[in-house]
Amino acid sequence: MYELTNVTKKYDQGKRSVVALSNVSVSIPDGQMIAIQGPTGGGKSTLLQMLGALDRPTDGTVQLGDADLSRLGDGKLGRIRATQIGFVFQGFNLIPTLTAQENVETALAPIGLGHAERRARAAAALDSVGLGDRGGHLPAELSGGQQQRVAIARALVKEPTVLLADEPTGNLDEETRDEIMDLLEGLWRDRGLTLIVVTHDSAVARRAQRRLQIKKGVLKEVA
Amino acid sequence: MFITYLRRELAGRRKQTAIVAIGMALAIALVIIVNSVSSGVQLAQAKVLESVYGVGTDITVSQTPTAPAAGDTSGARQKFDFGAADGTAADGTTTVNTSRLSATRGTSTFDSTALATVGNVDNVSGAAATLALENTTFNGALPTRTQGSAIADGAAPAAGATPPEGGPDGAGGSSFDVNSFSVLGLDPTNEAVGPLSAVTLTDGRSLAKTDAGTNVAVLDSSYATSASLATGDTVSIAGTDFSIVGLVTATSADAATAANVYIPLDVAQTLSGLTGQVSNIYVQAASSTDIGQVQAGIEKALPAATVKTQADLASSVSGSLSSASDLVKNLGLWLSLIVLAAAFLIAVLFTVTGVTRRTREFGTLKAIGWSNGRIVRQVAGESLVQGLIGGAAGIAIGLLGILVVNIVAPTLTAGTAVAAAGPGAGAGPGGGRFGGATQAAATSDIVLTAPVTVSVILIAVGLAVLGGLLAGAIGGWRASRLRPAEALRSIA
Repeated sequence: MYELTNVTKKYDQGKRSVVALSNVSVSIPDGQMIAIQGPTGGGKSTLLQMLGALDRPTDGTVQLGDADLSRLGDGKLGRIRATQIGFVFQGFNLIPTLTAQENVETALAPIGLGHAERRARAAAALDSVGLGDRGGHLPAELSGGQQQRVAIARALVKEPTVLLADEPTGNLDEETRDEIMDLLEGLWRDRGLTLIVVTHDSAVARRAQRRLQIKKGVLKEVA
Repeated sequence: MFITYLRRELAGRRKQTAIVAIGMALAIALVIIVNSVSSGVQLAQAKVLESVYGVGTDITVSQTPTAPAAGDTSGARQKFDFGAADGTAADGTTTVNTSRLSATRGTSTFDSTALATVGNVDNVSGAAATLALENTTFNGALPTRTQGSAIADGAAPAAGATPPEGGPDGAGGSSFDVNSFSVLGLDPTNEAVGPLSAVTLTDGRSLAKTDAGTNVAVLDSSYATSASLATGDTVSIAGTDFSIVGLVTATSADAATAANVYIPLDVAQTLSGLTGQVSNIYVQAASSTDIGQVQAGIEKALPAATVKTQADLASSVSGSLSSASDLVKNLGLWLSLIVLAAAFLIAVLFTVTGVTRRTREFGTLKAIGWSNGRIVRQVAGESLVQGLIGGAAGIAIGLLGILVVNIVAPTLTAGTAVAAAGPGAGAGPGGGRFGGATQAAATSDIVLTAPVTVSVILIAVGLAVLGGLLAGAIGGWRASRLRPAEALRSIA
């Protein structure tokens, strides 16, 4: 469960200070599917970084389970990202020189699994997203939808409790968008994940149990 | 994962890998070749010096020549004076002949008690004194002068006067022949140190303890050949006949020995009128680490002496070997350093550029939990392997270059302009350097070889590792500074 309390994030740009998040407080129970919407520059990505233990707030606290993400050091934040949080990015962010199988395995490297177990789990993850036969392909040899499936397999292979998706369908056509959202929704239901999706797309947002709107750093619940 | 990722990255970014590896390979190959040729030049210099100074001679002691005192004509151009009654007259031709044994021009002699002084310096394990001399023989044939036959210079003979006759051509002409060769007087009881320690006996025997005070000589075999002399013959030195008891040649086939003729020191001193004088002392230190201390000790004990180590003596080697040495030391060294620095710079720049280009990649890896250490290791590993690939290629290219040098085997000439006696290059019968050279000079043809040593290979591997680690450390440091949020934000 996430508990954000009075989270403020400021960035210094020369002599100017930009407030990306302003006193954001929100509770996200385990297993919920949430959509975060808002205009460009409104603070969506910053909020996602706070939730994903990628950055610390200037003020306030970000609690994930027992861990206060706003207080932990880089090493412990890295450990939490390695074990509890999965990321899916708009641009897929696959490593171009590695095959689909090896890309999925990169998520298991920090956990310290043996080679055989790593391979087996990566193969199973690819199978679960419908790409069991594409493990040997490089990202450039896959379609956009397939690449996003590989990215989803990479995010889920370590069996995280939270899946954060930043515009996961932003680079995809409508048909593929629906396929990917069906896949994410299915995995969310099957695995009991907390799924937080940042999106511009209202069609995607409508699939969520709960919708949040962030504008000029201020978070509001959408009825 | 480390190996897989590394392998994929290097294979996937072939162009970058190739450029870094080629740069590193060229630099390392150049270092190997320069290092190897430098060793070859040093070996060649050592051969030349060994032939002159002997094996194991660490230090030589000589006296710096000083300007002659007023009225002292010993250092002036040599001249031979003949009185009216000198020579042998026959058939209208007077034959004059004289032979002189004197200190090699350009050298200075000093009291032989310096040998004992040197021997008393700490850590001197052996010392031997020599006297470098030059034997010059003048032979002349000129028409016998008779009373009233003199004609003023340039004047035509008076009408009705008897035409000139006599002399070697029977028409009043003259003929002169000057011949010189180098003679080295050395202590026959001590051949362990000094010039004869570096020679190989090719015929007869060397000088022995019992030869002190006797007129026996050992000849350089090349000189003996050119002078048509052999063991059992006699050689005339300062008008005295010496029995030739043996022939020697330089241990290295490429080099000449230190002198044309070797005779006992005491005999050399007596014949040259330099009793109690020596021109060089050859010193062997107890160990190579003592050379500096021994040099300082001798300089202190003999303030007026010139004390040189083998390193100093190397600078006395002249000729194309010297040019090669200068080329290797200056151009070769600087060129390899510049290329090496350029290769390192290329490796660093490519790695840093690569890290910058891979911001998204490293940001993503950090987002999925990769630690800074793991990413730094990955970057450093890639750079190290690129360096090692370059190192392996560099060793191969370097060995190929060395092979080419050894196949071409360029012949270099080397001369030693030294205070010791030289073999008197060109000094044979009918030759000579009458009043010419001011210093003895030993010239040799040396075939340059480039030896491959383990140290050269180790240096190459070390440089490859160093280059890779340097690039990897800088690239890794840059990667570690990437904050995942900023990396992902920059992508957005």
